Amino acid sequence: MTHADTPNPNRYFVPHNAPWPIVGSIGMTALLAGAAMSMNGTAAGKISMLAGFAIIVVMLFGWFGQVVKESVNGYYNSQVDTSFRMGMIWFIFSEVMFFAAFFGALFYARVFMVPWLGGEGHGVMTNALLWQGFDPVWPTNGPAAVGGGFDTVPAFGVPLVNTLILLTSGLTVTMAHWALKVGQRRSLVLWLAATVALGFFFVYLQAEEYIHAYQELGLTLGSGIYGSTFFMLTGFHGMHVTLGAIMLTVIMFRAAKGHFTADNHFGFEGVAWYWHFVDVVWLGLFVFVYVV
Amino acid sequence: MSSNTAAAHDHTHDHTHDDHHGAPKGLLRWVFTTNHKDIGTLYLVFSLLMFLIGGGMALIIRAELFQPGLQLVNPEFFNQMTTMHALVMIFGAVMPAFVGLANWMIPMMIGAPDMALPRMNNWSFWILPFAFTMLIGTLFMPSGGPAGGWTLYPPLSLQTGNSFAFVIFAIHMLGISSIMGAINVIATILNMRAPGMTLLRMPLFVWSWLITAFLLIAVMPVLAGAVTMLLTDRFFDTTFFSAAGGGDPVMFQHIFWFFGHPEVYIMILPAFGIISEIIPTFARKPLFGYTAMVYATASIAFLSFIVWAHHMFTVGMPLGAELFFMYATMVIAVPTGVKVFNWVSTMWRGAMTFETPMLFALAFVILFTIGGFSGLMLAIVPADFQYHDTYFVVAHFHYVLVTGAVFAIIAAAYYWLPKWTGNMYNERLGKIHFWWSVISVNVLFFPQHYLGLAGMPRRIPDYAVQFADYNMISSIGGFAFGLAQLLFAFIVWQCARGGVKATAQVWEGAKGLEWTLPSPAPYHTFDEPPKIDDSVVAHGDVAH
Ligand code: HEM
Ligand SMILES: [Cu+2]
Repeated sequence: MTHADTPNPNRYFVPHNAPWPIVGSIGMTALLAGAAMSMNGTAAGKISMLAGFAIIVVMLFGWFGQVVKESVNGYYNSQVDTSFRMGMIWFIFSEVMFFAAFFGALFYARVFMVPWLGGEGHGVMTNALLWQGFDPVWPTNGPAAVGGGFDTVPAFGVPLVNTLILLTSGLTVTMAHWALKVGQRRSLVLWLAATVALGFFFVYLQAEEYIHAYQELGLTLGSGIYGSTFFMLTGFHGMHVTLGAIMLTVIMFRAAKGHFTADNHFGFEGVAWYWHFVDVVWLGLFVFVYVV
Repeated sequence: MSSNTAAAHDHTHDHTHDDHHGAPKGLLRWVFTTNHKDIGTLYLVFSLLMFLIGGGMALIIRAELFQPGLQLVNPEFFNQMTTMHALVMIFGAVMPAFVGLANWMIPMMIGAPDMALPRMNNWSFWILPFAFTMLIGTLFMPSGGPAGGWTLYPPLSLQTGNSFAFVIFAIHMLGISSIMGAINVIATILNMRAPGMTLLRMPLFVWSWLITAFLLIAVMPVLAGAVTMLLTDRFFDTTFFSAAGGGDPVMFQHIFWFFGHPEVYIMILPAFGIISEIIPTFARKPLFGYTAMVYATASIAFLSFIVWAHHMFTVGMPLGAELFFMYATMVIAVPTGVKVFNWVSTMWRGAMTFETPMLFALAFVILFTIGGFSGLMLAIVPADFQYHDTYFVVAHFHYVLVTGAVFAIIAAAYYWLPKWTGNMYNERLGKIHFWWSVISVNVLFFPQHYLGLAGMPRRIPDYAVQFADYNMISSIGGFAFGLAQLLFAFIVWQCARGGVKATAQVWEGAKGLEWTLPSPAPYHTFDEPPKIDDSVVAHGDVAH
């Protein structure tokens, strides 16, 4: 049997009595129901959202705290480690598919929708009857010029800098991994700190860019299909970078506390994979949203 | 084999002395549990509850359609019922039932102590009651629930009242739950098999779930993306689905069905797995063509990603796309045909007996095939121009989903109930349930083929008088079928409470690891990995 109170490397660790999932469900429900209420203009929605968010944060600390404790105390054998790894890999795959939906929308818009609105192929009658004179060139906010005129963010300014930042951060996190493997804790923490700093700097520049777009370029979420795809793609990516940077911060503090060993550090690796994933998504964004 | 059974007995003995490991008492046991059997039970009970609620909605629909004209409910509410019925049945009844079966059976079939990620397993389940409270709760909001159909097509769905955001978020929660459940299944199958349980020795139910879990992780996030775009179109000024801003409502249909078609296979592949377990047991022969079954399942899963637009033939696509999706859809008939052929060949010259699980499995093979044929008819573009959005489509998907997926779930319940409860169900009542169901379900759905061919549109509370007779027949079948399922609920309840004690093997022809365990299966099983040799390998023995 896999006793919850005695580590046994020969057995698969099966935890008992998990109080955190139900807390997570309550938090998630409060958060989302609160968001729905706010969207409908109910004032109480904000309170529910805040409460839900707080509950989720508590849940994350409680749940991960427990897992970290078990890990440090040697409850997990290599098979448990593999389960965690598989869980993380497939979670990242699901995230890839989430972004694929929005990339799909972008490609569909550029390759099919906009040309059809301009009268190409079987869109010829629609164009003649409804949208005569529409010039189907990307970027566009559609035949009704939804949201008014706008300018786009040039690729080779801040976005290029952000690309370099994220690529560098991919490098620094790899250096941290290397330091961990050879047991240099100080440089592990330093490389992690560099990665975290780069991550948050990226988010800062992105926020500046959004303010610039809204205030000076006239480019908003409401700027037709261009604004929709631009902000949804970069926005969801930015949220993921923020999340990744927070996770890296946690890992940094854990590393400073002496967690992780040269051959047992799934927590580190899982977050590093996540970081690389965020990195790769950005490369896709840079090419297809900004450059092309 | 006998040594395994003995080992399992030892453990039971141990557990009774160890208050950490017996089944804890009280309500909180179910809230905090990490045990795959407890969580399996939670899923299955929840699914039965949703099945009855969704069934109630269906009966409101059938009652209104009993006669032409508007009698019982107003059209707005009728539309809420068609929408909710589908959402509840798909996300609340069929999918959780399969996850429940996976939880119960996969660890026992591959010789694992539990699921790979037990805490997350708990969370996957415990999101569902919250999500459905939110979803079903919208019916009681002043604006009513969603009424634009489960497919949520814009622009219609964007006109939903205050319930809209709640529906979208409920769908997000269901997606999160499904993805976590699927990740757990994959990690369990890939990482937790007992030594010697090679991939090609796994029971087909496990194989079908491995592939289903992959489909789930691939497409549930796409649904999340689609409904997120709906949400921002409604509340945050985006124009993904509005032509004025350069968007296109048809794009929603593409994204939705990129999820939607694999989703229908998510609801049928585990059913295929169940049938592949049951038929060999009662035909007392190894499954015919085990590896062919595995490959067929994998090819169906692959093909399911490139056929989605067969739901959109009438929406205005370029001709080349219509042709591509027509042919790709028809290709799926090939691996599906392989499966049906193998089930029939398994029975060929078998020593068959017809206990309730086998009866449901046989009905599955025949009736699912009818649904497959009507699917082929719908796949023909010029024919679909006439059939689309008629009752013919309704008949098609109810044959594949009710006499397909639901019959397989019922068959699985009868097949494994003795293993779960330690008691045999009442065979006589089971047979009554079967014949009552199989007759009424055909009375319910077969006439809908004719209605559709004659042109009766779906999702309409009233109809022209020439459709009256078949609608009345269909409604009578509907109420009869609904009543039969109350009998099913009773049989399950009775079996859980007591009855003739089941043996470990339960069925004379049953093979596989789960049957080496005592009935009821102890709270913890396979804490020590069992020895796997050919005697305990299920029907997928590759040596055959
Ligand atoms: C032999 C394989 C199959 C083929 C060729 C096929 C073909 C089709 C086609 C062409 C449609 C669209 C009809 C229309 O709207 O005009 C359709 C609808 C549908 N099919 Fe199938 N199908 C097959 C198997 C299945 C299976 C196994 C399931 C589920 C278990 C399923 C569930 C559905 C559902 C739910 C719809 C209607 C969706 C909606 O509009 O609400 N089908 N099928
Ligand atoms: Cu389909």
